[in-house]
Amino acid sequence: MNDNILVKLKNAGFRIKNKWLVQSVSFQVEKGKIVTLIGPNGSGKSTTAKIALGIFKKIEGEVEKYTNKVGYVPQKISIDWTLPLRVSDFMVLTENIKNEDIDEALSLTGVIHLKNKNLGSLSGGEFQRVLLARAISKKPELLVLDEPVQGVDFTGEIALYELIKKISDELNCGILLISHDLHTVMSATDHVVCLNGHVCCSGSPIDVARNNEYKALFGEQASKTLAIYEHKHDHTHSNDGEIKKN
Amino acid sequence: MFDDFFIRALVAGLGVAIVTGPLGCFVVWRRLSYFGDTLAHSALLGVTMAYSFQFNIALSVFIISSIIAIILIQLQKKTNLPGDALLGLLAHSSLAVGLVVVGFLTFIRFDIMGLLFGDILAVTLNDIIIIWFGGALILLILKLIWRPLFASTVNYELAEAEGLNPDRAKAIFTILMAAIIAISIKMVGLLLITGMLIIPAAMARNISDSPIKMVIFSIIGGVLSVIIGLFTSLEFNTSSGPSIIAAALFLFILSLFKIKQSVQLKN
Repeated sequence: MNDNILVKLKNAGFRIKNKWLVQSVSFQVEKGKIVTLIGPNGSGKSTTAKIALGIFKKIEGEVEKYTNKVGYVPQKISIDWTLPLRVSDFMVLTENIKNEDIDEALSLTGVIHLKNKNLGSLSGGEFQRVLLARAISKKPELLVLDEPVQGVDFTGEIALYELIKKISDELNCGILLISHDLHTVMSATDHVVCLNGHVCCSGSPIDVARNNEYKALFGEQASKTLAIYEHKHDHTHSNDGEIKKN
Repeated sequence: MFDDFFIRALVAGLGVAIVTGPLGCFVVWRRLSYFGDTLAHSALLGVTMAYSFQFNIALSVFIISSIIAIILIQLQKKTNLPGDALLGLLAHSSLAVGLVVVGFLTFIRFDIMGLLFGDILAVTLNDIIIIWFGGALILLILKLIWRPLFASTVNYELAEAEGLNPDRAKAIFTILMAAIIAISIKMVGLLLITGMLIIPAAMARNISDSPIKMVIFSIIGGVLSVIIGLFTSLEFNTSSGPSIIAAALFLFILSLFKIKQSVQLKN
């Protein structure tokens, strides 16, 4: 067996009564690699992430998880704001973390000044940065990021994606990323899984970009976006944006 | 020293308050006050069972409350009734069955008022031992499951995803609830136990900004309520349970002024 594998899905699926949320999904996340799930709304991206995390238990197929050092940034988080919870309390929610590691993670995501604020008083973007800081401060082997930059301002978004890439290299952790932002994400992604209730195609970004099902799902323009980022070096662009191979 | 009934009641009451403090915080955080009520109502059935079979009261109440908790969980899975309807169903039917059984036990003189509202005269040395040892055990177990329980209270999926096994923590917490009701029934009475859990915790919420502070203030609030309540009870010959709960309410009202202050500071 490959020691680098952190989590592996084999024909995994999940249904509520007779409605399939997602089915026959297979992929694996390895150390130091970024796997990105893309797909339209309701295509089963978050469900797939929850299958990989073991949150959904009654699943079809198989999921093998080889690590328990997991950091998770969920897409939606409903926290009861009547709880007296400061950012610093939230950081140690699932694990004891050294104070300097907490400070470092909060600094990296740019919210160190909020450390003693009540969690309920944060804005959406600030809270998102805290969520990301909490996930990375654990120095996990597997990071699952479900739209980690939603609500973050534009410059912050780019910086956070760079941070995610940096963390993947520094900690050598595997990342399962869900994102709608094809531009910024694809340049860093090793493997793309395109979902639409099932895996409609998967592979390296360039393979996926060339796939006809992907084009049907996202349109011609999106296909170019992927191709541009994967193969910066082997093509140029004409004035109207068409790609010309070198 | 324990010869004096008042000292016995005080020692027992303080033991109860130290345990209900942290447990009460979770009852408030997890919105379990009606669940607590249901378990407490079923305690009457536990008491009657204890009398019928010459059994230890605390142990009997603990067993019956645990059974009611299991029945509740099963009903939640197997019926389409909403949670509050199921809680009401179990609370009132177990109270009713308990009272019917009391009617049959004509050979025993029952102090119903004492059962419902607490009776400091009834606290024995044996009760003190059960409260302090049982209480210490409850707190120890709560400390062991603190992280998964608290994390899943904040967000279930985060706790589950990061490998904390929140379902097990929840099941253990349910058992702890049954246990605290069993050991505190004599002091506070079964109608008011939930008040002892919720009111000091609610008071603490008003004056704390972190979970640990809330737990500490909740314990302090409970301890003060017991002291004030028992002295009042002695002075005016009132039932111990209502006196303690009224003292807790008094502290809660005081804590509201603190909120008012901090709101004014913000403006």
